[in-house]
Amino acid sequence: MIEVIHPGIYCSVQDEGRFGFAKIGIPMAGVMDQFSAHLGNSLLKNQKTDALIEVTFGMAKFKFNIDTFICITGADFSQKLNDDFINTQEVYKVKKGSILSFGKRNHGFRTYIAVKGGIQSEIVLKSRSFSKEITSKIRLEKGDKLSILAQKFIEYTRFSKVKIYESHFLNPNLECFPGPEFDRLNNSQKQQLLMSFTISEDNNRVGYQLNEVLENNLAPILTSAVMPGTVQLTPSGKLVILMRDCQVTGGYPRVLQLSEVAISKMSQKIRSDHVKFVLNGQ
Amino acid sequence: MNFELSYKPFGAFAILIEWPSIIDEVIIQDIVAFEKEIENKESVLEAVIAYNSLLVRYHEPILNVSLKIQELQVLYDLKRPIQKQSQKLWEIPVCYDLSFGLDLKEISRQKKQPLEEIIALHSSVDYLIYFIGFQPGFLYLGGLHKKIHTPRKSNPRLRVDKGSLGIGGKQTGIYPQDSSGGWNIIGKSPVDFFTISNEQPCFAKPGDRIRFSPINLNTFYQIEKEVSNGTHILRSKLL
Repeated sequence: MIEVIHPGIYCSVQDEGRFGFAKIGIPMAGVMDQFSAHLGNSLLKNQKTDALIEVTFGMAKFKFNIDTFICITGADFSQKLNDDFINTQEVYKVKKGSILSFGKRNHGFRTYIAVKGGIQSEIVLKSRSFSKEITSKIRLEKGDKLSILAQKFIEYTRFSKVKIYESHFLNPNLECFPGPEFDRLNNSQKQQLLMSFTISEDNNRVGYQLNEVLENNLAPILTSAVMPGTVQLTPSGKLVILMRDCQVTGGYPRVLQLSEVAISKMSQKIRSDHVKFVLNGQ
Repeated sequence: MNFELSYKPFGAFAILIEWPSIIDEVIIQDIVAFEKEIENKESVLEAVIAYNSLLVRYHEPILNVSLKIQELQVLYDLKRPIQKQSQKLWEIPVCYDLSFGLDLKEISRQKKQPLEEIIALHSSVDYLIYFIGFQPGFLYLGGLHKKIHTPRKSNPRLRVDKGSLGIGGKQTGIYPQDSSGGWNIIGKSPVDFFTISNEQPCFAKPGDRIRFSPINLNTFYQIEKEVSNGTHILRSKLL
């Protein structure tokens, strides 16, 4: 079992998300940075679908009341296991009673704690991802206890580690596809769309609003499907990049669609970071 | 009847299928029927219905878009009209008391119609459920009488109670959870539209219909009690 000693700013349990229920208005949810989450699970030889703890902007502290193996991926917040700094993207043996904590930010926004066998929290509609109105909790709080599977240290298991993929955190380019309403933009709007943007303070698991304003004369659309990675052009001319907790439908023109890799990269950006949309194949 | 549909890729994993851009009962029935052919295909992760569109998301990236579109076109030609027996009319109790209908008086003033007339216009229609979105269990309904179309409030309320019944422009609907909201509130229903612990968290589905049946305050509180005890049974009939 893992005990939450300090929940930091925002921590939740996430897996790949909840599918097949958009029909009743249920958001997909799931890990924001799928690339880093998959990496953590695969380094531990877990299933791709195993649940992890998503830590937003460090500061959290956890106590392990059971022997296990962990792997930290995503953002680097000078993480420590007891008194020792540990690397991201490397598997560590964790003894019962150990404390995992986070300190100064080195890069990124969201850190994943992958645990051997995955976090065993409640499954609601086929997923463990925390989600408003769906799961009993939407964030981890002090004192929460998360079950994990017991592990034996007897046999020495060799795990690999991988080099940190720097561009995942530092590169501003977001690969994307034209959205369904892209062709309604005129040439000057299309050009503006491919310039550099900065991230506003209005950003969370639902979406990231960008600061710069685009001229916007598009009519609203009849409410239609949106998904994580959809870039909407709002009436004020601001762009919103929808993220994992977004609603299933929306009424703003959908000008771009981020690739899966770009959604993962976006998840590691913070306020004032620069981003640039790069159309696939250009 | 078959429509001229537009198929376009939406990202690497999805195809967006679009019908003419109007809100129309024939169109939504056609979308629902098409979705039935698609929903159980193994390659499909999720299908999302809206007024004039169907988004089909796949597990794997689409390598050959035109081939995928051809597959969908074959399914569209195969689709059967939805069986009437599977569609229901749900009777939803609503209390239009002024203590719940916060904007009823204002609508009555704007429309120069007595309160009773507004309530009568609102509760005499069998609304069609087009799709569910916005929040878990939020039904997009069609059929609101023209006389009571009312623009959204310019200052949205920060908190609208769960169960509140609103009018937003040409649309009417019930907030399934407490939320912020800009619709004009005209009443409240004691019924749950989304119960996560139920096998089917939302009783209604696209293609079903809803009729609002006016109740007084006493009945409201009585039904509210039944709902919280789990003893309330919603009335419905096959269409």
